[in-house]
Amino acid sequence: MADTISPQTFNHLVLLAALEMDAKEADYLHNQLNLQLDAIRELEAIPLDDEIPLTTHGVPYTEQTSQPPRPDQLQPGDNPQEIMAQAPQVENSYIVVPDIPHADLE
Amino acid sequence: MQLCDYNAHELVDRLRRRQVSAVEILESCLARIAAIDGRPGTLNGGSQTAPDDDVKVHAFITLTPERARAQAEAVDRRLAAGEDPAPLAGVPVTIKDIYCVQGTPSTAASRMLANFIAPYTATPVARLEAAGAVILGKVNLDEFTYGSSNESTAFQPCPRNPWHPQRVPGGSSGGSAASVAAGEAPLSLGTDTAGSVRQPAAFCGVVGLKPTYGRVSRYGLIAFGSSLDCPGPIARSVRDAALMLQTIAGVDRRDSTTANLPAPDFLTELEHGARGMRIGLSPDYFRITYPDPQSGEYVQQPLPAEIETSVRHAAQRLAEMGAEIVEDVPMPNTRYGIPVYFVISRVESASNLHRYDGVKYGYRTSQVVSDLRQMYRKTRAEGFGLQPKLRILMGMYVSASQYSARYYQRALRARTLIRGDFERVFDPQGSYRLDALLTPTTPTTAFPLGAVYGDSVLMQYADQLTVPANHAGIPGISLPAGLDSGGLPIGIQLLGADYSEARLLRIARAYEVATQQDEWRLGRPRVLENL
Repeated sequence: MADTISPQTFNHLVLLAALEMDAKEADYLHNQLNLQLDAIRELEAIPLDDEIPLTTHGVPYTEQTSQPPRPDQLQPGDNPQEIMAQAPQVENSYIVVPDIPHADLE
Repeated sequence: MQLCDYNAHELVDRLRRRQVSAVEILESCLARIAAIDGRPGTLNGGSQTAPDDDVKVHAFITLTPERARAQAEAVDRRLAAGEDPAPLAGVPVTIKDIYCVQGTPSTAASRMLANFIAPYTATPVARLEAAGAVILGKVNLDEFTYGSSNESTAFQPCPRNPWHPQRVPGGSSGGSAASVAAGEAPLSLGTDTAGSVRQPAAFCGVVGLKPTYGRVSRYGLIAFGSSLDCPGPIARSVRDAALMLQTIAGVDRRDSTTANLPAPDFLTELEHGARGMRIGLSPDYFRITYPDPQSGEYVQQPLPAEIETSVRHAAQRLAEMGAEIVEDVPMPNTRYGIPVYFVISRVESASNLHRYDGVKYGYRTSQVVSDLRQMYRKTRAEGFGLQPKLRILMGMYVSASQYSARYYQRALRARTLIRGDFERVFDPQGSYRLDALLTPTTPTTAFPLGAVYGDSVLMQYADQLTVPANHAGIPGISLPAGLDSGGLPIGIQLLGADYSEARLLRIARAYEVATQQDEWRLGRPRVLENL
């Protein structure tokens, strides 16, 4: 399978990823992505059928090793001011962002 | 030998006997840092140079001496009041700057979080502090842990290898391994997602332990690959690694992925030796497969002879101590560890990096923007370096609905095969019944700065002998096992079944005892030569 990430697909990914970049950076990243895809293609050599289960965690979670669910209880944080102080822009305890793109309904 | 050169357990012992105070230990570490660390990594540090940059370690991003002094004084006050010292009382520890420590910058070595002051403390760090450890500060890493050399940090100069400052310390816990190897602290808390504790430990000639996934809480760890990340100790001795694991291990209600199992006593059986242990050697860990940088073709070749010889010598020493060595253990899916990792880790990191948007915390662009979307794009373009961007783009590509079956699901099935290799050889009823697999930690010793950086594929292959354990979730430990002809440390690795850290530590300790009088143990990092 000889698919590579085309310039169009790359530009689409950049948009989806909420990134932007100049031509030099795009060239480097695009090239590296295709090199990584070559490495990933090694996996094509493994005979894998749909019977093989997907492993999302290496160590299985059993009834004995899994934590019981926590009670669904409200637990207020003890330092809201400290957390709000991390926001880049705050007014009257609201986090401020630039205009959110929207369309006015008729 | 200064106080800062002692092992953690020796320091606690001396403290308990009142031969030394916690403040004296701290001052010794701070003096070592002042002598050899040089300028810390800073955001604009790459555009400057200092005359001694090339002979310093540069492990730190943020040193917190006053916070550390307050902790050391509190330990001394408790001792003076007749209280029994806690297990790590007065032991200075460095923390990889990927953990939140309340009230201190927690940067992930990224411009994106350069101004972030953590409002809470990560569970492993809180447990270290509760055990009396003195937190010296935050040490450097690859940006968001994405790398194997530390060169990708946004905080330059990047850490150097104390054995040879023109060489990389490994990564991503490079600042951690360098700080321990250089005697700046006896312990450091790192993380291991593909080998990020074990590979730098091998490069810097120290001990690095990746616990079983779920053994140690990830609460307060800035996430990379959530199914792979493991907090782990870096130390100068096996006993110290066990001591630190004892402190940080165990279930945490704030991390539902921690296993609901009591942590065993990792120290009780430490000196029980290797007699009767079945230890495997696999030909699949004595060869490397990697893409040739010129042709792009995959080539397979044997490991450097010095590295294979170190592993075989270690097997011989363990056999002399009564271990049974099992040769030719097949681990056929080892070679797929990196391709699988290229997919899984990218998908998970892309997901984890979406939260950085310039809204709630961290970096926000100072440019004038027309709307929220433009703010996102400019913030992320300016805040992330090349490695996070690469991971986001690849993660989005291979998990896109039209490609997911071909890439992501295939990788998750191949992960099952990698896990199966380990289950087969560690099965107590199986043909091999291994207590541990003995392998090299890395395909090479520490490489020169600039030699690999920029080639994101070749850099990833530095982890090919460590990453299978992350896919499988099993524990692994890297130990120093000699020096190569250039005087650089060689690391060997022991891998074991789920939750078998105590057994790995016991075998590792047996090897340490067997080689205590070896000549290579007299070697010292170059940065310590003129002290």
